[in-house]
Amino acid sequence: MSNTDTKMLTRWEKVKESDFIYHFKRDKVAMVSFALFLAFFLAALFAPLLSPTNPYDLMAIDIMDSELPPSWMDEGDSRFLLGTDDQGRDILSTILYGSRLSLTIGFLAVAVQLILGTIIGLSAGYFGGRVDSFLMRFADVQLSFSTMMVAIIVSAIFKASFGAEFFSEYAVIMLVVIIGVAEWPQYARTIRASVLAEKQKEYVEAAQVMGFRAGRIMFRHILPNCLSPILVISTVQVANAIMSEAALSFLGLGLPVDQPSLGALISIGFKYIFSGAWWITIFPGVVLVSLVLVINLLGDWLRDLFNPKLYKG
Amino acid sequence: MSLLEVKNLRIEYPSRFGTHTAVKNLSFNINRGEIVGVVGESGAGKSTVGNAIIDLLSPPGIIAGGDVFLDGDLISGKNIDQMRQIRGNKIGFIFQDPMTSLNPLFTVEQQLLETIHANLKMSNSEAVARAISLMEQVGIPEPELRIKQYPHQFSGGMRQRVVIAIALSGEPDLIIADEPTTALDVSIQDQILTLIRNLCIEKQVGCMLVTHDMGVVSNVTDRVAVMYRGDLVEFGETAQVLGEPAHEYTRSLISAVPRSDRKLGRFPLVSYIEEAHELEKLDIKTHWLGQSEDQREYTGPLLNVENVSLRFTTKDSFFESKREYVQANKNISFSINEGETFGLVGESGSGKSTVARVIAGLYPPNEGKITFEGIDLTALKSEKQRRPIRRQMQMVFQNPYTSMNPRMKIYDIIAEPIRFHKLAASEQQIQQIVFDLLDHVGLGKMAGVKYPHEFSGGQRQRISIARALATRPRLLICDEPTSALDVSVQAQILNLLKDLQDELNLTMLFISHDLPVIRQVCDRIGVMRQGELLEVSESEKLFTNPQHEYSQHLISLMPEFKGLRTAI
Repeated sequence: MSNTDTKMLTRWEKVKESDFIYHFKRDKVAMVSFALFLAFFLAALFAPLLSPTNPYDLMAIDIMDSELPPSWMDEGDSRFLLGTDDQGRDILSTILYGSRLSLTIGFLAVAVQLILGTIIGLSAGYFGGRVDSFLMRFADVQLSFSTMMVAIIVSAIFKASFGAEFFSEYAVIMLVVIIGVAEWPQYARTIRASVLAEKQKEYVEAAQVMGFRAGRIMFRHILPNCLSPILVISTVQVANAIMSEAALSFLGLGLPVDQPSLGALISIGFKYIFSGAWWITIFPGVVLVSLVLVINLLGDWLRDLFNPKLYKG
Repeated sequence: MSLLEVKNLRIEYPSRFGTHTAVKNLSFNINRGEIVGVVGESGAGKSTVGNAIIDLLSPPGIIAGGDVFLDGDLISGKNIDQMRQIRGNKIGFIFQDPMTSLNPLFTVEQQLLETIHANLKMSNSEAVARAISLMEQVGIPEPELRIKQYPHQFSGGMRQRVVIAIALSGEPDLIIADEPTTALDVSIQDQILTLIRNLCIEKQVGCMLVTHDMGVVSNVTDRVAVMYRGDLVEFGETAQVLGEPAHEYTRSLISAVPRSDRKLGRFPLVSYIEEAHELEKLDIKTHWLGQSEDQREYTGPLLNVENVSLRFTTKDSFFESKREYVQANKNISFSINEGETFGLVGESGSGKSTVARVIAGLYPPNEGKITFEGIDLTALKSEKQRRPIRRQMQMVFQNPYTSMNPRMKIYDIIAEPIRFHKLAASEQQIQQIVFDLLDHVGLGKMAGVKYPHEFSGGQRQRISIARALATRPRLLICDEPTSALDVSVQAQILNLLKDLQDELNLTMLFISHDLPVIRQVCDRIGVMRQGELLEVSESEKLFTNPQHEYSQHLISLMPEFKGLRTAI
């Protein structure tokens, strides 16, 4: 950029002028993905306003309405656009409330991974030596168990020791912690690798020569320069966390029956799929797949954007 | 008729911020058997011209106007297939870095044969014979044996010979050499240039030699084209252009080349080059910069390095006997007096940067003692004890592109050490100091609100210097501060350092591999090789009467460039 252009831009103008927005406007896939993601996000956020019924309100549910097909089919009921499940809950409302739970768990679990992974990865990369060996071997050991296995064992232990009732009361927090703890090595490894690359650069040595403390150098100087891989991995991890939650709920280790997430809903419908009630599984399934797909597409787009070696017109 | 004729060539890089014109209206020609040098600083568009001639501009670059004729045949605007006939067959290309321009998975023979078969119709055995004779022509000993080897089995200079052999294999009429010796040591540079020179005369091949090194230009080229920001400012006989330059820019470029024969006070005539503001004179005595509270009662040498050794572990093991080390510094001793500039010189890998980092406290030495103003730094137990001394020693790094945090604004980069060491009373005072520092290194206050990537290499190095000064240091360690810069910018940075030293009575440790630069800057010089300090002597004495064998060897290799014929 030319140095003659010294006129001050406001923050908003700078954002509008940035490469990020420029490339975003020229990528249809990214725009559609983002629009869909935003739609899912807003629908989940405003679920109580949007949904025709409240699926958590046991008083409003009538068992007589169970397994009704979508409203456009012969036996459909106009009150239930996408039909009802085995307990007579409106599928549309349950999907809206369920995606709310799925997204909450997805984002919070990633936040847990992010905090654990950043601190561990940053320390391992910056201090090196024994600290690095210890932390990374620890991560390797954890990675050698599959995420699902760790999550299943931990949630089974929780369930056994605290009782099913306690577990269902705190199910959301439990799932966040379980998925967060099971996946932090992904972050730790990525951050450690980029810290090692950044540490070679002379600005880190310059900070050391200034006499700055390790914490200051790590968090103020190195971490901001590792943000792009963190951002990319986060999008993928949100999708993964939502999938993990769905899988755990499908296996009956996730959310309780009276608060179904997308995964739990799919699991409920699975029992009825061969008796003709396909809508209980298919609609939440489509929502889950498209939600995960748009997050992954956004993640891919971000990864390409941050790769300076790709020529972007 | 000349071999290559470039007429009104214009190269553009369109982008969303508007079109950048890399080359404007360039015309020159090359005859058979002649070497034409293209010089200029980085970003002048010299490599772009070479790439445009063989139609290998990196996207989004396009030839926006003008014609290129080879032997009277218009070659610009030909399609890909027709261009492929010309590349290799008519025009050979020699790249800058021989370490990356050969494919490491194929033997030299395979790479030579591939080019020969692509360009000439001949049987396999004929091609092999031709490959061997090419290897012989470029001076590779035992070509029958070495042709079966892989690139990694060749040294840098030998690889560049192989690249030249490949460029010659299609019997081209024109060779484009893009900085062919920049990645090589001085002694090998000479051999490669002589080789290109001889081949051009023998085979009556024209050569376009792109370089930024005025020494190379004066030694091998017949004619020279000087480029400045996409414009051709001067084109003519080398002796004429270098000896009596007609254009102002050429004059300042030549005067910025450090002279190897005598020491000048400052580099003259460098104002044309980079628009830096005039240094605003500060009254140092009354200014914050001059009011250091550090005691100045100590009279011995400011820095004393005694028998310092450092080794890096290359193979770690639980057992002492199985560990392997590389000795980066062996038993190094020297001292620097207050206000003096001490130089360390040596080839890459000689351990000179490691010495700087040991002194700055980035690596703890394995043995030896470093005293700063009588305080033994190696005896300090904790980082806390060391912190007040860290402030008094600052470092300017080699690579201006990585030595600043890219996510911080310049203002914060310079203010951070002042805040951290609590050197100013109020935020207002800090602001005043930062603005004064920016003015003082010639950037102006407005620079504070920008990010590092908005500046050129030379400007960034000025910021680096401002940051180092922000702690009011007494010792400034400069680790190759100008080796990543163009000569013209180098001259300005060296002038700036000199001015600052005079004003602030700074002591400097100056590290460089470039002998003429060291000669211009330093009072005393230490010569290093493979981690050992071989000789320490007065600057003039080292250049006129070197004592150690290795110093004599280094000085004999020094490229001779006498500068303008007429004294300025």
